[in-house]
Amino acid sequence: MSISSGATAAPRGGAVGSPLLAVDDLQVEFRTGSGVVNAVNGISYTLAQGETLAILGESGSGKSVSAQAIMGILDTPPAHITGGTVVFEGRDLLTLPPEEQRQVRGPGISMIFQDALSALNPVYSVGFQIGEMFRAHQGLSKKDAKRKAVELMDRVRIPAAAQRVNDYPHQFSGGMRQRVMIAMAIALDPKILIADEPTTALDVTVQAQVMDLLKDLQRDTGMGLILITHDLGVVNEVADNVAVMYAGRIVERGTVDDVFSRPAMPYTEGLMTSIPRVEAKGGRLVPISGQPPNLARIPSGCPFHPRCPRRRIGAEAAPGRDCAVDHPPLRLVVPGREAACHYSEEVLGV
Amino acid sequence: MSDDSSRPSDRDQEVARAAAGATTGSGASEHGGTTASEPLLQLKNLEKHFPLTQGIVFKKTVGHVRAVDGVTLTLGRGETLGLVGESGCGKSTVAKLLVALEKPSDGQILYKGRDVARMGRRDLKQYRREVQIIFQDPYASLNPRMTVGDIVAEGWSVHADIAPKKGRLQRTQELMDRVGLNPDFVNRYPHQFSGGQRQRIGIARALALQPEVIVCDEPVSALDVSVQAQVVNLLEDLQDDFGLSYLFIAHDLSVVRHISDRVAVMYLGSVVEEGTDSDVYGSPSHPYTQALLSSVPLHEPHLRGQKDRILLQGDVPSPANPPSGCRFRTRCWKAQDICATEPPALVDRGQGHPAACHFAEARSVVPVDVE
Ligand SMILES: Nc1ncnc2c1ncn2[C@@H]1O[C@H](COP(=O)(O)OP(=O)(O)OP(=O)(O)O)[C@@H](O)[C@H]1O
Ligand SMILES: Nc1ncnc2c1ncn2[C@@H]1O[C@H](COP(=O)(O)OP(=O)(O)OP(=O)(O)O)[C@@H](O)[C@H]1O
Ligand code: SF4
Ligand code: SF4
Ligand SMILES: [Mg+2]
Ligand SMILES: [Mg+2]
Repeated sequence: MSISSGATAAPRGGAVGSPLLAVDDLQVEFRTGSGVVNAVNGISYTLAQGETLAILGESGSGKSVSAQAIMGILDTPPAHITGGTVVFEGRDLLTLPPEEQRQVRGPGISMIFQDALSALNPVYSVGFQIGEMFRAHQGLSKKDAKRKAVELMDRVRIPAAAQRVNDYPHQFSGGMRQRVMIAMAIALDPKILIADEPTTALDVTVQAQVMDLLKDLQRDTGMGLILITHDLGVVNEVADNVAVMYAGRIVERGTVDDVFSRPAMPYTEGLMTSIPRVEAKGGRLVPISGQPPNLARIPSGCPFHPRCPRRRIGAEAAPGRDCAVDHPPLRLVVPGREAACHYSEEVLGV
Repeated sequence: MSDDSSRPSDRDQEVARAAAGATTGSGASEHGGTTASEPLLQLKNLEKHFPLTQGIVFKKTVGHVRAVDGVTLTLGRGETLGLVGESGCGKSTVAKLLVALEKPSDGQILYKGRDVARMGRRDLKQYRREVQIIFQDPYASLNPRMTVGDIVAEGWSVHADIAPKKGRLQRTQELMDRVGLNPDFVNRYPHQFSGGQRQRIGIARALALQPEVIVCDEPVSALDVSVQAQVVNLLEDLQDDFGLSYLFIAHDLSVVRHISDRVAVMYLGSVVEEGTDSDVYGSPSHPYTQALLSSVPLHEPHLRGQKDRILLQGDVPSPANPPSGCRFRTRCWKAQDICATEPPALVDRGQGHPAACHFAEARSVVPVDVE
């Protein structure tokens, strides 16, 4: 394992060690009264020890649903996992019986959510809730569990942990509650932590504190981190690799450096030109036209084609590569980079 | 457009708009910090304290939330003033005070040199028309039972002089077209539109009253990245076309820099630093501004790691019980004894722009990109 010691930490790019987790062709749909919502349409990725993989995408692109499928916390109905495998420690989590799933996933993979307040139980002290992890999974006594809880609160940098262990969630600020969630998530030393927009609800100064904490914990434990976010800045500052999602699919994947410096997919390109920069006033923004698609009615061919400035349709298209008709699979464009676009070579200029 | 342009106030307005238009140039980002004429709006020592009550039957005031606590700002014609700061620092309260949704506890709002609190009914009505607001949440701010056409035209029932009854439908559709909505959808309801489109409806509703000032309270915060830029560009275009002035409120420092000529940074109810976009972003002089800027993640790989990292300790104190002296002192790494006793004034201490810190010192935090 090669964990470098730069200011931003983490091994950047490429595969690091052997994969901890392999997701292959995962598909999830919601069967609702008004039709089928195709939320996740065949996504695949791997995560290595010590790696931070960012899943980047706009609202409704399927980021959370794909993570919830891996965690086994989707409600069926309405959600149905209609295909794919999630291999962790050599076993496909999706086909294990529920009881075994829990035994494997429980200590091995944990998740933190965007909204820490609603994820915590308001009637129990935070110390009790953190301690519960040890009582339930390791059979510790009440007293030992509490001692462990204080240790963990210290580790996630909650000031005066010993005094605050009996406080209730509402007595903590948003940033402190998110630390409590992180404490619970790392209590059992998971190999993988999935963080679903862990800082989106927080102020930017608190967001920086929490991201810093996550990176330090990752460096100490070597856990793999899947970071779900819509913030390109967060991706750039903390992730090694990035998977860009659009309409329930991964449309581009590679190292953050490569993808952000030279996107191979017009959607990623559009995201980069849409956002203003804090380090310069910059000229006029170049937005992506239109809106993200409704997942109950995903456009034919390339799902991005109605908004794509580079689309080629009909006579303009190369044979078998009509953007309105032919679906572009995620494919290797140049070494280390995959993109789901018929014309990625042109986008990259290779 | 209006059928009684003979009224003096309307004529004034046309002249003002022409003048503003002339200095605005072709892009909102081009007018720099130059605001030649007298300010259109002035906030002087503005305060809003909300009572904190206890008890249900007999309400007893047990303290005050000092949401806005001595804010002084000016907004010039055709100018965009950005207001940034973290959650709860008082940005929306400033916005509500400006559009008279809340009454100040103390201080003044001067519009074209006149105190809004002392305006008579007629002038106040005019003020309410000329200073419009758009909100963060395009879902909550539109009545779900009204059609888009009715929402856009709603203000005309109070300000009937702006649009003659006969031409209202046509005018509504023109406005929809101007903000990028399909005019054929005039009879649709808000839930039939996406977030970005709903924000356009809110913009059309504000424009319908031919305002001079639009207070934009987090207008793009709820929108997807790819849609944010569409709305930002629309706001810039409208400013050029109509010579509008904006108070642009957001917690996203990049968006604020992009759109603003000047920027004010708020912390716990007061302004801690103010200046042109290059003053505040290029030479931030208040420790809070520096920490705030250093927390913004940069999205360009070649700039990664080039930023000063300032990690603040702790959380924002409660505005019901702010620290004595300098409000930032509980989180400030430069605090000295004087900071606990003397509130620092918002003045220029040699940095070329004002900062409310006894030990103000310009420091470059974000890398200057030379691409
Ligand atoms: N219970 C449900 N019933 C029907 N559709 C659902 C349900 N839950 C999620 N979806 C749909 O699945 C799609 C993917 O949702 P998901 O929550 O994964 O998006 P996301 O990428 O996490 O977005 P956000 O950034 O807003 O969190 C969305 O279109 C959503 O509307
Ligand atoms: N009507 C009210 N009664 C009591 N307190 C209020 C009221 N409105 C606002 N406050 C308080 O005043 C302070 C400032 O609130 P305000 O909404 O202006 O903040 P803001 O800067 O807009 O925050 P955000 O970024 O979260 O929108 C907060 O502490 C808030 O709780
Ligand atoms: S496949 Fe066609 S429509 Fe899709 S991103 Fe590529 S060029 Fe655009
Ligand atoms: S006045 Fe003192 S406490 Fe306040 S910002 Fe300046 S140095 Fe920090
Ligand atoms: Mg989500
Ligand atoms: Mg607000």
